[in-house]
This record gives sequence, structure tokens and C-alpha cells, in this order.
Amino acid sequence: MAQDRPTAPELLTAIADFLREEATPALDRTEPRLGFQMRVAVNSLAILERESRLGPEADRREHARLATLLGRDGTLDDLNRELARQLRSGTRDECDAAMMAHLEATTADKIAIANPKWR
Amino acid sequence: MTVHIPTEAEAVVAVLAVAANRYFGGTAVIEGLGRESGGASRQTWRFDAVVGGKRHELILRRDQPTRGKTDRERSVAIDRATEFRVLAAAHKAGVRAPEPLFELAAGDGLGEAFVMRRAGGTAIARKLLRDAAYDGARKNIASQLGEILARLHATDPATLPPLVRREAADHIAGLRRSLDDLGQAQPVFELALSWLDRRKPPPLDRPVLVHGDYRTGNYLADETGVTAILDWELAHIGDPIEDLGWLCVKSWRFGAIDRPAGGFGSREELWAAYERAGGRPVDPQRAHWWEVFGTVHWGIICLNQAWKHLSGSIRSMEHASIGRRAVETQVDLLQLLKNAG
Repeated sequence: MAQDRPTAPELLTAIADFLREEATPALDRTEPRLGFQMRVAVNSLAILERESRLGPEADRREHARLATLLGRDGTLDDLNRELARQLRSGTRDECDAAMMAHLEATTADKIAIANPKWR
Repeated sequence: MTVHIPTEAEAVVAVLAVAANRYFGGTAVIEGLGRESGGASRQTWRFDAVVGGKRHELILRRDQPTRGKTDRERSVAIDRATEFRVLAAAHKAGVRAPEPLFELAAGDGLGEAFVMRRAGGTAIARKLLRDAAYDGARKNIASQLGEILARLHATDPATLPPLVRREAADHIAGLRRSLDDLGQAQPVFELALSWLDRRKPPPLDRPVLVHGDYRTGNYLADETGVTAILDWELAHIGDPIEDLGWLCVKSWRFGAIDRPAGGFGSREELWAAYERAGGRPVDPQRAHWWEVFGTVHWGIICLNQAWKHLSGSIRSMEHASIGRRAVETQVDLLQLLKNAG
């Protein structure tokens, strides 16, 4: 069942905007330590907002790439465990161009959610 | 009748007065006691002791036993008594570090604790990198860090307490154990650890004192530059280049990404200053290895910080949120491995 608007990203944005623009300045005046914590919270809400928009599609792409790369199916977690195991044992390494392209794409999708300004 | 139950701060003041009295040999009045920011388990307090009209600006370093430490931290961090003796040896070797003064006795009831002199300056990277007050200091910091590190690595091993020797292979095994304990599949970290494993530098004939957490954020600086190296609890014996590599990890540039030496200069500037001050010649390939290692290391520390919250050992939104910083190091690792060819 579809929820009424606001959507999850819209609601998260509204909360983050309120905390940043109204709550944080008030805290900075009275409790600077909490002001810092509030910035951490606002930043985390921004991560959740991006995750709610971009996460499902990013997971789907990662899953599809992993299935192709490993030539089998399974949950996203299973497939990542298998890839991690192969990398630790040396069955695969950085010479595997298809795998490196997969890791680049997965990492690009993750950082676009966690911290798009990182470079 | 009201019973006065002393607060934690009052209890600390009472103990410090007795201990300072014992050390300075005169009645000490404790003033301005306050908690510095920092860990719940490893506390830092600032205070002044006024003895016979003379004011001593001091710092108390104190461990609350067993609170908020993961097994990994317990296994890599040194205890306060060892930290005191490392600091004493480094200070004697001429390293810019706070002068350790005295340890508290077991009977004092503060847990493991010692007192050192308080150095001036700030450790806040954002200020050092951007405030106008530090315009002059910014030109000096990269080379000062190189010089100080050369001295630190030259600390006479005979003056040090027993410390764990940790070579490249031990570090790799430790991080793999940590990933296993966390129970998450981390392909990029596995890729980097295997890359490191195949290229690891051989152990040195003469390993040295390694600071273990030598980076921007862990030293104090004022308008003239670096005043004191802090946070010695990861000290061990090993490869001196470990410290040079860690300092250049991108996360410690705090946004000044085109200045690898802690956000203040080039790697070459740092290495040249290190060598001029008597450090062994820096092999760029070995330094790159340790920079890649440092990047995985920080990434896995991020996961461990989140785990402290997730496991319930401490409840902290701040710790939880650090888990989402691990991917920053994954971006950096893929770049570093690509550039390494």
C-alpha cells in the first residue's frame, strides 16, 4: 500500500532542514557539545534521505553484477561473502578487470549515498 | 541531615590534591578541573595545580577499567603505565611531547592514571587548516612533523618499556581477524589486504619505536607550528615508515587533499625533512605500501567504531555514524591500487 505524501525522502529532508536551520543554532548558543552532535545527526539523516532514494536501485545493480561475475545466484550477502572469500584466498585479484569494474561501480554507488562530496 | 555525595569531579580534585602534594612537595591547590573531549573509557582532564604560589598547567590521563573498549582495542592499545614510560623515553629523546610528571598510585582510586604538563596549541584540524591565525604555521607543519618523527624513531630502545613488535604481516593478520569478528563481507578491504600481503616489506633488522597514530588531529600546534605530539596509546615496535604512511592517509588531510602530508605539504617535503633530521632514507615504494595499509586500517577502524555502538559496549550516535565513513577509504583504496599499477 502506497503511503500518503510526504515520501520517505521528503519527510527526511523536512526533518533535517528543521534540525539544521532551527534546532542547531539554538543548541550552539546553549550547549555547543550538543550542537556538534546535532550536526552529526543531520548528516546521518541526509545519508538516509539519499539511501531511501538511491539505495534499492544500487542494491539491484550490485546484485546483478555479482551474479554475472560469480556465475551463480544467491542473496546479496551470500554473493559478497563468496567474492570476499575469493579475494582473501587469492582466487581473484586486481588483475580481474571485470571484478575491478564491479568494485568501482559498487563503491561509486555507496559513496553517492554516504558522502557524495568525498573525492 | 543532608549527606554530601561527592561528584566525580570532586573526587578527582581530592585525589589530585594529595598526589600533587606528594610530587611537588608542598600544599597543592587544584583549580579549573574540566573534562576534555574524547573517549568515555580513556579520559583526559585538564587542571592547574598551584603550589607555593607557582601555577602548574597539567593534564590527567586516566583509564576507566573495561568500559567501552572492544577486544581489538584491548589487544592493540597500551595501558597507562606503559604510555607513561613511552612518553618519558620520547620526551627524554627530545621529541616534542607533553612532559610526563607522575603516576597515580593504585590506592588513589582513580584507576590507571598519570599526570603530564599541558602543552599549548590546538589539535582541531579544521582550525589549523583554515583559520588565519595559523597562516604562518601552515608553512612549517609538514617539515616539523618530519623532523619530530625522525627524533621519535631515534628514541633509544633501552629506555623503552616492553612493547609489542608489530610488523607488516602482524598488521595484516590483525585486520583480517577484525573483519572476521565483524562478520561482514568487505570485498574492497579483502582486495587491499591481499594486495598488501603479496607485496609486504620484509621485517627490519633494527625496528624502532613507532608512534602508531601520528596524524593531524593528534598533535597540538600554535601560531608557530607543532608544539606537542599526543595520543601515544598505539605505540609499538616496528617499521618507522608506518608512521609516515599513516600521516599521509587521505582522511587525515581533512579536505586539503592536494597536500598529502597531513593536509600541510607534499610527501616529498615530509620525507626530506625526516631525512635531514636523521631519519633513514625513505623508499617511496615502501611509503606507498604503508599509505595503502593505513587507508585499509582506518576503514576497518570505522567499522569497529560503529561496532562499539552496535554491540552495546557504548551507546553513541557519533560512533554509529562513523561506520558509514568506511566507504570513503574504499574509494581511496581503489584509486591507490589503480595508481600503483
